[in-house]
Amino acid sequence: MNSMDYDVVVVGSGVVGASIARLLSSYELKAAVIEKFPDACFGVSKANSGIIHGAFHHATTTLKARLELKGNMMYDQLHKELGFPFKRTGIIVAAFSSEEMKTVRLLYKQGVANGAPGIEICGSERLLNLEPGLNPDIAGGLYAPFAGVVEPYRFVFSLMESAQLNGLDFIRDFEVVRSSYDGKLHQVFSSDGRAVAASFVINAAGLYADKISEIFNGEKFKIHPRKGEEFLLDRNSPARPNNVIFPVPAKESKGMLVIPTVEGTTMIGPTSEKIDDKEDSSTTYSNMERIFLQASRMVSGISRRDVITSFSGLRPVLENEDFLIEKSQMAPAFIQVAGIQSPGLTAAPAIAEYVLEILSKDCGLKLEKKKSFIPEISRTEKIYGISPEKLDELIEKNPAYGNIVCRCEQISEAEIVDAIRKGHTTIDGIKFYTRSGMGRCQGGFCTYKILKIISRETGIPIDHITRRGNGSFITGERISGELK
Amino acid sequence: MKKKLICIICPAGCTIETETDDADLVKVSGNKCPRGAEYARKELLSPERTVTAVVPSDSEVLPFIPVRTDKAISRNLVSQLLKTIYSIKVKTPVKRGSVLIENFQASGVNVIFSRSVKN
Amino acid sequence: MIKKTYDAIIIGGGAAGLSAAWNVAKAGFSTAIIERENCLGGILNQCIHTGFGLHRFGKELSGPEYAEMDIDLVAANKVDSFINTTVFEIRSNGILKSVFASSAEGVTEFETRAVILSMGCRERNRGNLGIPGTRPSGIMTAGLAQRLLNIEGYLPGRKAVIIGSGDIGLIMARRLTWSGAIVMGVIEILPYPSGLARNIAQCLDDFEIPLYLGHTVSAINGKERVESVDVSPFKDGVPSLSGTFKIDCDTVLISAGLIPENELSVKAGVKLSNATGGPYVDSSMMTNVPGIFACGNVLHVHDLVDYVSEESENCGSAVVSYLSSDECSCTQGNISAGSNIKYIVPSKYRTGIPQKFYMRSLMPFENAMLTVKCADKILFERKLKYVRPPEMQSFTLTPEMTDGLNENSPEINVSLTEV
Ligand SMILES: Cc1cc2nc3c(=O)[nH]c(=O)nc-3n(C[C@H](O)[C@H](O)[C@H](O)COP(=O)(O)OP(=O)(O)OC[C@H]3O[C@@H](n4cnc5c(N)ncnc54)[C@H](O)[C@@H]3O)c2cc1C
Ligand SMILES: Cc1cc2nc3c(=O)[nH]c(=O)nc-3n(C[C@H](O)[C@H](O)[C@H](O)COP(=O)(O)OP(=O)(O)OC[C@H]3O[C@@H](n4cnc5c(N)ncnc54)[C@H](O)[C@@H]3O)c2cc1C
Ligand code: SF4
Repeated sequence: MNSMDYDVVVVGSGVVGASIARLLSSYELKAAVIEKFPDACFGVSKANSGIIHGAFHHATTTLKARLELKGNMMYDQLHKELGFPFKRTGIIVAAFSSEEMKTVRLLYKQGVANGAPGIEICGSERLLNLEPGLNPDIAGGLYAPFAGVVEPYRFVFSLMESAQLNGLDFIRDFEVVRSSYDGKLHQVFSSDGRAVAASFVINAAGLYADKISEIFNGEKFKIHPRKGEEFLLDRNSPARPNNVIFPVPAKESKGMLVIPTVEGTTMIGPTSEKIDDKEDSSTTYSNMERIFLQASRMVSGISRRDVITSFSGLRPVLENEDFLIEKSQMAPAFIQVAGIQSPGLTAAPAIAEYVLEILSKDCGLKLEKKKSFIPEISRTEKIYGISPEKLDELIEKNPAYGNIVCRCEQISEAEIVDAIRKGHTTIDGIKFYTRSGMGRCQGGFCTYKILKIISRETGIPIDHITRRGNGSFITGERISGELK
Repeated sequence: MKKKLICIICPAGCTIETETDDADLVKVSGNKCPRGAEYARKELLSPERTVTAVVPSDSEVLPFIPVRTDKAISRNLVSQLLKTIYSIKVKTPVKRGSVLIENFQASGVNVIFSRSVKN
Repeated sequence: MIKKTYDAIIIGGGAAGLSAAWNVAKAGFSTAIIERENCLGGILNQCIHTGFGLHRFGKELSGPEYAEMDIDLVAANKVDSFINTTVFEIRSNGILKSVFASSAEGVTEFETRAVILSMGCRERNRGNLGIPGTRPSGIMTAGLAQRLLNIEGYLPGRKAVIIGSGDIGLIMARRLTWSGAIVMGVIEILPYPSGLARNIAQCLDDFEIPLYLGHTVSAINGKERVESVDVSPFKDGVPSLSGTFKIDCDTVLISAGLIPENELSVKAGVKLSNATGGPYVDSSMMTNVPGIFACGNVLHVHDLVDYVSEESENCGSAVVSYLSSDECSCTQGNISAGSNIKYIVPSKYRTGIPQKFYMRSLMPFENAMLTVKCADKILFERKLKYVRPPEMQSFTLTPEMTDGLNENSPEINVSLTEV
């Protein structure tokens, strides 16, 4: 074995790939994650509802129901070690008719069967007590106190940071296009001609898991994208519930929700729409109308005036609607982690354990705990909401804390520089890492400041800086004598 | 020939109706003040505009310095003027009001700095 | 923590803050401006076109020139200025205020008796407008594009569509064209342009840039960088998709209005008006929090900097009276918006002194009558050649006009009617 060869390579750095990566890094292995984008979490994992689900939506017989509950339970420990924003807010499913209450009873039974702790079936009085902002016409509903919300990109970044700290390699801008296998090693090739060798490959490529499977001569399946559009409301919106508010679910999706995000904003959505194009991240006018109508039915104070941005994400869905996690029957030394739709974010920590079990049991890889494993990562101080005294102390240690770059979310130059030094050198990467440009002005004020800081720290000329790689340049060229 | 113009002299933006005969303006209406009539005559015979731009500089604080023409310049000269401005690199310090380009193409129009920059 | 004491602290060194500051300082009070950017002047620094100062100086200056006039006055009147310093909190301890600001030197607590809010405004963005479509790069507010081009020298793109026909957008259409880019069109949802007619003429017509009135962008398309926009007629409050056409472009600029920047004010307990997005102020330009004043774009969005300066000078004078405790003790009455008036600022009047009011109409009228009434009594009437929502109107209420009113200062109503 060449010293550059890996024991395990994970394709994809979404929440699934990153969870697997961190777990791999706790064993005596040589492992790497390869990602086509310049940063982690630029796929499905960046555009979702950020909910740690309550384990009552899916039938006990499914793999996703099992991994959902287990994953949920693992979040406290991870949060303690990695410090990403996470809060157990609770979920309320709001029913507005006796017909809907029938479904709530079914959900309750399903939750109990799945082992969901503390789950309650509630009348209107109990619900209005828990959540005074609910529409008073409510008939009753379900309460799952142990569900929560998480900042998905911070979670993924912290997993990757931890994995790298413990020796895992993160290979960016590496789009897998081809592979070969010599009976011992996979050779994995990128679109720009680089190669990586690995004994085992894990397919965690989200929407493109079907394509990766094909590249490695694995099972033939098709990932169907199912689109969800979401709207984000200002921190000052009066519509900010304490719990995540769900409607009674429809057949294929959990319905459109009102979500108090960990960051203090309110999010409404998502829609659920089968589409063909895996790159279609568009939002539409008619869906906006639908979301606002549905959300306003449940919670008062939702106003179009408070919208700060909207986005859409695509759920990677398999025909049978369940997760597919197994050692490939067709491709050698290859593990499929496909169809990871909702509750994929919730289940990810449990998916990682499941995958490592497959590696050791089905693939015979020897797993030995790394003695030097460091579970914690360093925390960067943030200036948001801190006292003048505390800020003064921070500035004394590092004057860059005194320069407030993003005014809406109060992010200092020190935090931006920290993000850049941790490898986030695109505008989106810095935005997802620090929240700069995520507030109400959406980067109107801070974008040029961040461009200048990136350029100063990395030497990349401003007109070469991208939003998220692949030619997504922010500005055109600089004025010079040669202008037409 | 009849033509409608919008006066750009002040924010009122009057719609001015004009009538020309050969090369002379014979009738003007719609202007709320005499400056409008003067504008209409110029606009029909030889239109002029004030030009503003930024000029590259050697300053670290302000790599591009704002400049403008000190009076309106013939529209025919605008693109040449801009090309000239963009191809200069200015040495700082500069003072607001001081001249960057004197009497551009004998038009009688100067380009002046519209901001002072120490360095 | 560093501690400093001043009679008055001005937050924001744009046109408003500068004027207010030198007017307070000239009366002999110690005054400081706190500005987050690396120089004074505010938004004017990036407005390199001419058109500023016609009312105040009788000539058309560029934004930076106009700003320098006030920066010189600020220096001459011995105002201290702290640049690269951001205010993040205001606390009231009775009559005294503490203004906390951060810079590379640390946090400074400025203790003061009067605070003037002059933080300006921010731009409405794509999210606020809810424009559907994809999220490629190349979508930015017109103000950010203006900053990139006029201060940093970077062209935002090569082929642009501008959403909104506000003056900033129109000015940017010309700037882009003069910088070598192509502007494919300006899309305005209203049936009339929201910028000045002169800017339509000299920024669009001069370059044959099409203006699509009564249209909206129903989708932005493109993967990495913007590739095109879908433009649809806007009918009965919704985009009519059947009439949609595509315009190819690599850049979308959004120029769809400004919102006063009042996060700091709200945290300090200042109450905002829904109509302006800025604080309610009384006839002394004072907010509901005693000792906190406001002027400029943070109070209500202005279209002309000359009015910003005028209003801020008045605010400066009112602060001088406040600091010298020689304010007129007479009661203040409400002044309210009537027909075709979106808002009126300030929202209180006082008898016995001349006082200037600023307002905006809801819809355009050719030949309008401005009427100021108290119950049925007409205090003052004036004919106006036109009123348009994008252009602010103003009038002065003189002591003579309010002479006959009783001591309880009854409510005054202002209206615009078409004649
Ligand atoms: C609208 C919406 C709302 C959701 N809400 C929730 C929720 O509230 N709670 C919850 O638990 N789940 C939710 N989900 C589901 C959850 O987001 C996903 O299950 C999860 O993010 C999937 O993660 P992943 O790592 O499998 O995929 P991804 O994040 O897409 O990661 C795959 C990675 O592989 C990379 N890749 C692809 N092809 C290649 C290649 N050829 N070479 C190299 N790299 C490649 C991609 O760039 C990407 O970074 C939601 C999903 C959507 C769409
Ligand atoms: C993009 C744009 C284009 C315009 N074009 C024209 C035009 O062509 N002609 C015309 O007559 N008028 C124009 N105007 C209007 C006019 O110029 C402005 O209304 C005027 O300059 C506003 O002055 P201001 O002081 O209220 O705000 P600003 O100039 O915005 O100043 C506010 C200042 O406060 C600072 N600040 C904010 N918060 C803090 C804080 N917490 N701590 C420290 N500092 C802070 C900001 O950095 C800024 O410098 C334009 C306005 C804008 C926004
Ligand atoms: S004619 Fe007079 S009032 Fe009318 S726009 Fe021209 S200068 Fe202004």
